[in-house]
Amino acid sequence: MAEEVRAEMVANVWKIVVAEGDRVEDGDTIAILESMKMEIPVIAEAAGTVSLKVAEGDVVQEGDLIAVIG
Amino acid sequence: MTSPWTFDSVLVANRGEIARRVIRTVQRLGLKAVAVYSEADASLPFVTEADEGVLLGAAAPAQSYLDVAKVLEAAEQSGAQAIHPGYGFLSENADFARAVADAGLVWIGPSPEAIVAMGDKVAARNLVGDAGVPVAPGTREPVADVQAALVAARSVGYPLMVKAAGGGGGIGMSVARDEEELATAFATAQSRAERFFGNPSILLERYVTSARHVEVQILGLSGGRVVALGERDCSVQRRHQKVAEETPCPVLTPPLRARMIEAAVRAGEAVGYRGAGTVEFLLDPASLASGGEFYFLEMNARLQVEHPITELVTGIDLVEQQLLAASDLPATFDPDAVVPSGHAIELRVYAEDPKRFLPSPGTISHWVEPAGPGVRVDAGYAQGDTVTPFYDPLLAKLCVHGPDRPAALELARAAVASFEIEGLKTNLPFFTELLANEEFIAGVYDTGLIDRMRAPKPGVST
Repeated sequence: MAEEVRAEMVANVWKIVVAEGDRVEDGDTIAILESMKMEIPVIAEAAGTVSLKVAEGDVVQEGDLIAVIG
Repeated sequence: MTSPWTFDSVLVANRGEIARRVIRTVQRLGLKAVAVYSEADASLPFVTEADEGVLLGAAAPAQSYLDVAKVLEAAEQSGAQAIHPGYGFLSENADFARAVADAGLVWIGPSPEAIVAMGDKVAARNLVGDAGVPVAPGTREPVADVQAALVAARSVGYPLMVKAAGGGGGIGMSVARDEEELATAFATAQSRAERFFGNPSILLERYVTSARHVEVQILGLSGGRVVALGERDCSVQRRHQKVAEETPCPVLTPPLRARMIEAAVRAGEAVGYRGAGTVEFLLDPASLASGGEFYFLEMNARLQVEHPITELVTGIDLVEQQLLAASDLPATFDPDAVVPSGHAIELRVYAEDPKRFLPSPGTISHWVEPAGPGVRVDAGYAQGDTVTPFYDPLLAKLCVHGPDRPAALELARAAVASFEIEGLKTNLPFFTELLANEEFIAGVYDTGLIDRMRAPKPGVST
């Protein structure tokens, strides 16, 4: 089952740590957001193949889709 | 009558609450205040209250508040003759200070040489240590890589603090208790140092467990004398960043205070300091029974975020004194007759959730500040404003001043309860907890206080 990874808050996408189509495990870091001078890691909560929905430099709103793990 | 000032307008190269606070003093003194702002900040109070505002550029700091050329252009365009940098952004950038002077403008701050001397933490430690200020065991040279760090750590001793030499604001700092932690901490610190400060140099310093963070406000006067205006205790911290401060420090004895003040003045004199600055120390609470041991941490060559509590107990406007020193005019107070009165507390109201302290940008749908005798609010925002993710989460500094510490605590409780902010999460509920916390009420806390408050309680399932 696909797991949707969403932004917890308004933030800038600072770094994407994985590549499109990479295999990730539960607990792996997918991306690092930056908000208010703080780095916020985005963690996979399931294992699977990553489909990225944002790029580095994007601004995401709370609830925006960052990646889908399928 | 001609004005005594060497300038009649001041550009404030900052944003939010500190820009607004500096603008207030500039205007009170009959000078013109120029704000500069990013696209994200166009409608904030510091812009609307200034006599003139100049748009710098896009929201990202690199395209606005950190762009030296754009700030200097704004000064030229507005005819501003002096620049006040506030804190953060370009305030401790010696190249900017030099560029301001080269453009024929007055720089409201210490000399570029003093900024350089204090900006590099390794150099600063060596300089003040050589001047007789106590420093913790640490590296006298920057540490280049993990291997060098592991070797240096053997003589510094564990636990130790890994720090970005060019850093500040708690960013790029972490504690290592053994070699394994050091390897991880070193890599993290170096990546952050490079990213946030453009300088990958790292230093190691012995970490004082359960320390208090106590700092001394100094002021370099016209004529060269350096005076101290009391201390501030800044031990309430999360992620090595201050959340609440108070003055006086509840555990200092008069002899210990005198030693810290003497050390701070000596550090200021060692760099020929001019204007407002802060010398930060770590105080080891375990040493208090035997008189108290403290170590130099760093010197902040600028106005400090928590300067209002010093202003409350001394009655001195520090921004006014900065402007006077920059104009080569004498201070408006007698440096030999400053007697702080009462007790003041500052609470930093952040846009963040009060449990995990994660950022919470958003739009402020409702905002009512507390007011009344003994209450001062330095706010960067008002109702209807949007708090964006581009800058730090500081919404307002809630400051109280009472005749003694219990009175100040009581004022703080009432002020927190009557501060109404809706539309985003704030840490106001955390302050309700803090002001009811036994350690804090007793005044015997240290920098581990928040971690203890947030630690899972034994026997309580979550």
